[in-house]
Amino acid sequence: MAVKKFMYVNRKAPYGSIYALESLEVVLIGAAFDQDVSLAFIGDGVYELTKGQNTEAIGQKNFSPTYSALGDYDVNKIYVEKESLEERGLTLDDLQHLVWEDEDDDWAEKDSIRLVSRAELADVMAEQDICLSF
Amino acid sequence: MTLLHTVNKSPFESNTFDTCLGYAKDGSTVLLIEDGVYAATTGTSAAEKIKNASGVTFAVLGPDLQARGLEGKLADGIKVVDYEGFVNLVAEHDSVQSWL
Repeated sequence: MAVKKFMYVNRKAPYGSIYALESLEVVLIGAAFDQDVSLAFIGDGVYELTKGQNTEAIGQKNFSPTYSALGDYDVNKIYVEKESLEERGLTLDDLQHLVWEDEDDDWAEKDSIRLVSRAELADVMAEQDICLSF
Repeated sequence: MTLLHTVNKSPFESNTFDTCLGYAKDGSTVLLIEDGVYAATTGTSAAEKIKNASGVTFAVLGPDLQARGLEGKLADGIKVVDYEGFVNLVAEHDSVQSWL
């Protein structure tokens, strides 16, 4: 099977709607097919990655710890749009530190999150075979 | 007549918050719930608008803020309430306008 470039575009905040969780589920299912996967977090999608989420009091499942498992599924190209973070008063420090282990580099731990400008992300998006939007 | 307004949408995703502000008269309260809590975080244009809206009381639902990991980002001048506090606000006002 030919490898295709998949990009999952995340634009919704978590918990207010089901989009964020559904996207994560689809990414994890898709990871089984050994494709070239990228995730993009744009607009309110950047809120999906905030650290310290605690959903105990709202009675919903806190799915944010699952993002840290993506590296184990070879999902390690996670693009976060700089303009979206800034507009929301956030920096990378407000997000989870997501890493993956590079087996070609003696399992060195490397950052999964790539902070990119809108223009840079537009270039990455244009290279994809398939974009799935959530 | 005092009104309690609730907003449950992100200020970045819809104009619900802005519309609500346009209708919030002096003496009324705006309670931010669900994705509405993002308007209560520092460094956003929404937080600036809250700062400039004198005469209106702003509150945010703590459980929704905690769920989103943004407790430490709460802007000044916004009161945090729990579910009991939500009920008290409803009881203290003459009616409730739930902006959707």
